[in-house]
Amino acid sequence: MATRHDTTASPVKGGAAPGRPPEDAAAEKERRRREGLSRRWQRDIRWSPYAFVSPFFLLFVAFGLFPLIYTGWASLHQVELTAPTDMNWVGLRNYTRIFDDEFFWNAAKNTLTIGIISTVPQLLMAMGIAHILNYKLRASTFFRVAMLAPYATSIAAASLVFVLLFGRDYGMINWGLDAVGINPVDWQNDKWPSQFAVSTIIIWRWTGYNALIYLAAMQAIPQDLYESAALDGANRWQQFIHVTLPALRPTILFTVVVSTIGASQVFGEPLLFDANKGTSGGAEHQFQTLGLYLYEQGWVAQHLGRASAIAWTMFLILIVIGIVNYVISRRLRASS
Amino acid sequence: MTTTVTPPDAKPATQGPKRPRRPKSARAGGTLHGGPIAYAILIVFTLVSLFPLVWTAIAASRDNQRLAQTPPPFWFGSGLFDKLEIAWNDANLGEAFFNTTIVAGTSALTIVFLSTIAGFAFAKLRFRGRGALMLIVIGTMMVPPQLSVIPLYMMVAKLDWTDQLQAVILPSLVSAFGVFFMRQYLIQALPDEIIEAARVDGASSWRVVWHVVFPAARPAMAVLGMLTFVQTWNDFMWPFLVLTQMGNPTVQVAVAGLGRGYTPDQSLIMAGALLGTLPLLLVFAIFGKQIVGGIMQGAVKG
Repeated sequence: MATRHDTTASPVKGGAAPGRPPEDAAAEKERRRREGLSRRWQRDIRWSPYAFVSPFFLLFVAFGLFPLIYTGWASLHQVELTAPTDMNWVGLRNYTRIFDDEFFWNAAKNTLTIGIISTVPQLLMAMGIAHILNYKLRASTFFRVAMLAPYATSIAAASLVFVLLFGRDYGMINWGLDAVGINPVDWQNDKWPSQFAVSTIIIWRWTGYNALIYLAAMQAIPQDLYESAALDGANRWQQFIHVTLPALRPTILFTVVVSTIGASQVFGEPLLFDANKGTSGGAEHQFQTLGLYLYEQGWVAQHLGRASAIAWTMFLILIVIGIVNYVISRRLRASS
Repeated sequence: MTTTVTPPDAKPATQGPKRPRRPKSARAGGTLHGGPIAYAILIVFTLVSLFPLVWTAIAASRDNQRLAQTPPPFWFGSGLFDKLEIAWNDANLGEAFFNTTIVAGTSALTIVFLSTIAGFAFAKLRFRGRGALMLIVIGTMMVPPQLSVIPLYMMVAKLDWTDQLQAVILPSLVSAFGVFFMRQYLIQALPDEIIEAARVDGASSWRVVWHVVFPAARPAMAVLGMLTFVQTWNDFMWPFLVLTQMGNPTVQVAVAGLGRGYTPDQSLIMAGALLGTLPLLLVFAIFGKQIVGGIMQGAVKG
């Protein structure tokens, strides 16, 4: 951003040159008119930036900040879904209630494991695909668009398809496993297979999108860096490690943060993947995420206060993850 | 965090005619031609990407007896159009499409407009508090939407907006990403000289926005509009909470509802899923190139 200039240095003053006496009434009138214009001009320069940004901030206060604070307030009350305006102060009881609930810890663990097995392979594959797409290729636009097609698919549609593909008795994936001599897997009822299946939906939808983001960043890396690395005798793999990866670090951090936030909120996939059409994430809560647990507490058990406490706990966890991310990236920067 | 935008068609540094030949390994990145292995990997990934979509259509074209057999069907049966018609009527998809178009259209247009003017202010105007406000914008991208769900639901319940489309539209009008995206684009795409020239000619800020910023930002506005449209079209959680299948469902709510019976008709569900996805896939097939270019322009870099 070194080459940026700000344009609103000083407004052009409308001919109100000081020190020259008015020659007659008409000129005096003209001078006043111009001064008026100039004042309006300055007001415009001064206040229009705020006019331009204020709609966003007004909407944000109404639909972002206010709910954030109100959720925190509601988490300290007993609130029922049937009468959301009746709030009884209970202090931190909602928090102690959910922390005592084994299903909260179960959901937290599931969110973490589903988050890891969906985010890590997704970003690694995206990196590899981006690297390949960065070659000179025929039909590269076709490949890019085709890989983005899952992004255009909704969670609802994708989850329903994957439920069929992962079916225990007649699903295509078990059929394929059977064909190579592997016993069928109960993808919906066993803990790890069901979490793997839910993660597959997420990986399928987001890998291509992340690959494009990495590709964009790769294309902005100056060629000279590769040339001088090659002159120093670096092979292609070393170039990738020592040139591409460092240059991509901010982008990688960005995708990690965005994916972490996304993973902490997984909701639609486990909801629709449940064979019993329930909200508990499988008969034994084997793939219930925090998002689903929040929904179950708030909208099925009708305890909005408790659901608010879950939401705020999730928020606090994200803040901690954000700080850890920040510290790690500082360390990385300092060490290089 | 410093950020820049990729130039629309970032090409690797061009090589002068008289440059000495470098070893092959030096021509990394954009100038290296992909070999057969690269194509093979890409083709596999493309098939994996597209297969579930194609198989949705295959499953929708088969009856349930066939779906409950092994091996699963790999090719189309004859029932596709019948099933699509039944799904269309059962899930009330006509109305759902109409609702979703209104929701996604309104929020895309509003977000594009508001993000462009705010992005312009952040990119090109100097004002007190700019840095702090921009930090807030970036910070809001981190706030998980689930935090707002409960109070928004209470608001909607209090206003008696359950099942009303405005309950879905209003919260979807805040897009920190949009502001950020337009700012990144305008920093590069809008030369300061043009704004200065318009200023010297006596244009007010609104005239500058109307006659200079909007024309310059048009490509990015189109991309942001499409991305927002796709995102709102596919949004699931919030519409699922405030809209029921009985009153004003969006496509996602209607499609999810197809799977909720006691004896779900699998091929009917697939037909509904296909119908819910088809419009966006068509948009992608037609504008795919522009959308891909847009995502790449908006990517965050250091």
